[in-house]
Amino acid sequence: MTSIVLFTLRSALISTVIVVPIGLAIAWTLARLDWRGKSLVETVVALPLVMPPVATGLILLKLLGRRGIIGSFLEGMGIDVVFTWRAVVAAMVVMSMPLFVRSARAALEEVNVRFENVARTLGASEPRVFFAITLPLAMRGVVGGTLLALARAIGEFGATIVVAGNIPGRTTTLSLAIFGAIEMGRDSEAYRLMVVAVIIAFAALWIHEAIVRRGTLR
Amino acid sequence: MLALDHVRVPLAHFELDITFETLSRATGIFGPSGAGKTTILEVIAGIRHPVSGHVVIDGAAVDDVPARRRSIGYVPQGESLFPHMTVEKNIRFGVRDHEAEPFLQRVIDVLEIAPLLPRGVGALSGGESKRVALARALVRSPRLLLLDEPLSGLDRPLHGRVIDFLIRVRDELRVPMVYVTHDSAELGRVVFETIFIDRGSVVAFESE
Repeated sequence: MTSIVLFTLRSALISTVIVVPIGLAIAWTLARLDWRGKSLVETVVALPLVMPPVATGLILLKLLGRRGIIGSFLEGMGIDVVFTWRAVVAAMVVMSMPLFVRSARAALEEVNVRFENVARTLGASEPRVFFAITLPLAMRGVVGGTLLALARAIGEFGATIVVAGNIPGRTTTLSLAIFGAIEMGRDSEAYRLMVVAVIIAFAALWIHEAIVRRGTLR
Repeated sequence: MLALDHVRVPLAHFELDITFETLSRATGIFGPSGAGKTTILEVIAGIRHPVSGHVVIDGAAVDDVPARRRSIGYVPQGESLFPHMTVEKNIRFGVRDHEAEPFLQRVIDVLEIAPLLPRGVGALSGGESKRVALARALVRSPRLLLLDEPLSGLDRPLHGRVIDFLIRVRDELRVPMVYVTHDSAELGRVVFETIFIDRGSVVAFESE
């Protein structure tokens, strides 16, 4: 069980490390710029929130499979994705990205552009405006979104089972292990795993709520 | 010193179309709320881009110069101090080299803000916030200082005190300024020339 928990946490952490910078870039673009195709990107990013996770997994399978657009390219570089830990991470990234982007975008939109404009007149470059002004002022929402994304990644199931399978010792996450134990009639094991999953989810959400309740994040 | 040549910006209810030139060390822009005064300052500062026209400062067009390179101090209307920084960090935000240190100390002295430096922005009164915002805009030795309704939100008794500081900035630090307001009583003591605008156009010009 320990190895399953550690694998799940490690995969979810890798996923979150990928989600945060990409999600921040998407959130900033959506919050601060007006451009053609913005609605399309908004919709595509939010899609995994409303689509059946299994359908999302199927799309990932098509994209990341050996004949897929991305999969064939990666295979040329000697990287297999489908039914490996990479597929687990890919599913986590896609499923947790919308939650992070929504939180981060809302937080960035709350930052008064007056502060950014003043920083520009004080000689700040655009990266400095973002890292010294925008990001610190949006930090509460960004950290909250990060924790939600992490929690979502830890609990991911539907897309993962399609694109990564449930291969013991290779791609079995906490959620998949619970499902496997129930399927095999190993109820006590399923309950033990369930308790671990509840504790992790509770801790993540509790920290998230604590951050949201705080006036500022120092 | 400062000229706007047919600067056009579409606004919600009319199009701003401004042309004026001023050589004064202190110029007032006066007009009713919603006349386009703030837009004019934003265009001069480089944080809003006109659809056409030119902004000329010290004889050179700055239309293609980004805000961060215009060397303009801007004090916008309302709260503008970075709330996650102390007063000192706010003031030093735009200072990148030690050469600015003597002028920075002079600004701190003139505006009497040395005791405020370690404080958080949230612990400042309205008048103190204005002085700190003014100091932050000044410490980079800007070639022009833009003040957008610097007395708004302050109690009447504080007006005279802030105006005294603005006069010290004008006369002791000798930074040229453009002062925007909708209250004509404020302008008399500070500016030498006043441009009157209404619905995005210059309607009168007055010089001392």
